[in-house]
Amino acid sequence: MTVEDTKQSSIAMRDPDVPAAIEVAHLVKVYKTTRAVDDISFTIARGSITGLLGGNGAGKTTTIAMIMGLVLPTSGKVSVLGHAMPEQSADVLGRMNFESPYVDMPMRLTVRQNLTVFGKLYAVPNLRGRIAQLASDLDLTDFLDRASGKLSAGQKTRVALAKALINEPELLLLDEPTASLDPDTADWIRQHLETYRKSHNATILLASHNMLEVERLCDRVIIMKTGRVEDDDSPTGILQRYNRTTLEDVFLDVARGRNREAAQ
Amino acid sequence: MSLVEHTRGLAMHRINAMVLRYWYLLRSSWPRMLELIYWPALQIITWGFLQSYISQNAGFFAQAGGTLIGAVILWDILFRGQLGFSISFLEEMWARNLGNLMMSPLKPIEFLIALMLMSLVRLAIGIIPMVIIGAVFFHFNLLSFGLPLIAFFCNLIFTSWSLGIFVSGLVLRNGLGAESIVWTLMFGLMPLVCVYYPVAVLPAWLQPVAWCLPPTYVFEGMRALLFDQVFRTDLMLGALAINAVLFAASFAGFLALLNSAKRAGSLISGGE
Repeated sequence: MTVEDTKQSSIAMRDPDVPAAIEVAHLVKVYKTTRAVDDISFTIARGSITGLLGGNGAGKTTTIAMIMGLVLPTSGKVSVLGHAMPEQSADVLGRMNFESPYVDMPMRLTVRQNLTVFGKLYAVPNLRGRIAQLASDLDLTDFLDRASGKLSAGQKTRVALAKALINEPELLLLDEPTASLDPDTADWIRQHLETYRKSHNATILLASHNMLEVERLCDRVIIMKTGRVEDDDSPTGILQRYNRTTLEDVFLDVARGRNREAAQ
Repeated sequence: MSLVEHTRGLAMHRINAMVLRYWYLLRSSWPRMLELIYWPALQIITWGFLQSYISQNAGFFAQAGGTLIGAVILWDILFRGQLGFSISFLEEMWARNLGNLMMSPLKPIEFLIALMLMSLVRLAIGIIPMVIIGAVFFHFNLLSFGLPLIAFFCNLIFTSWSLGIFVSGLVLRNGLGAESIVWTLMFGLMPLVCVYYPVAVLPAWLQPVAWCLPPTYVFEGMRALLFDQVFRTDLMLGALAINAVLFAASFAGFLALLNSAKRAGSLISGGE
């Protein structure tokens, strides 16, 4: 076992009897001549919130898409809730969900209709009750019967989050969950995610450019650069190693190629 | 993996969810509903008048009144069946909703079944007024075909689904840049399936190609019924056999294109 492996295992704090929420081993994705993801490995423990950080083109979205089974890896393995992806995706897709700015919900359908359709797809019991609950939790009641295309950016994000939570997922994958939101709405969303994680012991993996968000929410941070894992630790551990006070400074160090020693 | 293996664990609630999603969409937009009726109605009126004119002036067509109108209606079943399937699929691309669906427990076969059911709904909305116009204004009762109509319909709808499945796979793999294939593919087949003329009219070298396409058997069967009052079961069985092969090949093609899209990352880029 390498030092890196030991560190990852200790961060994950895995119970050997319960499969990890996500296990990624030597994952590679090559698009024609571009190596979008380059031999990354990590394990994410259940009940944790992990931030996937990195600049544009770092490979965050491709990594998340491979975990979801939307993109097939060139090589390497992904396991979600103990099931190999994408081979056993049918066993696990009902237990996870996601939100991403790269997808929308049908705009002509009302919020209630969209949630009804997705609730039925996920076989949510007592669907009406679940929609009412989400509407109350995420403050959707006033526009439940409005077409999704007529909502503001903040309202759309809340609806997308409601869709992502409709099946009370054990694993939630979020790609830029608060992108283009005002600080108040973004803070509100983060608060809800924290509450959800605690109440459901859910695992959350989120890709973000927002360092404050990652500092506030995450137990662990994986920093990616040009398809590789550049660093992987708790936010405190990373700040100490780079001798920085904010993750934003660490992000800039990594993006501009300053190594830890130089940063110090 | 075979078609049978893909049907394991099929869940009606997921198929219902998808049908409900398209129904919500359809009923929320009157232009969508109007469009479904508008073109078939226009077709039947134009060809109905032409049929009336020819019947008055040519003994050949007078012997088999309704050949043209019958062909128009059957052609529309084929064309609108494929279009109804493909447009429901395109709605997901246009709405950027495909990622949500692919990430949900919805299986590809369930998605395709929902699209097939929606193509029937869309077809019914377009064809029923067409049949009524044919009967009321041009004295052509499609139901007078009797039981053979069921055989004609089943074969045409199976062909339309097979083509719809394959074309959807192409759009999935190549993005909305391939959308035009949805609208044009069927017209490319039109001369070959001999909608308005017998296969014998085609050059000898082209006839075997025509006989590879199930609709050719249906249109020949319709002419046999109208001219000779004979229902050609051999033609219908031939069409059914080719349809079975075509359907399996289309489904396999769709899965291959879906996998190719996943390899290329098209599902997250939705690229044009």
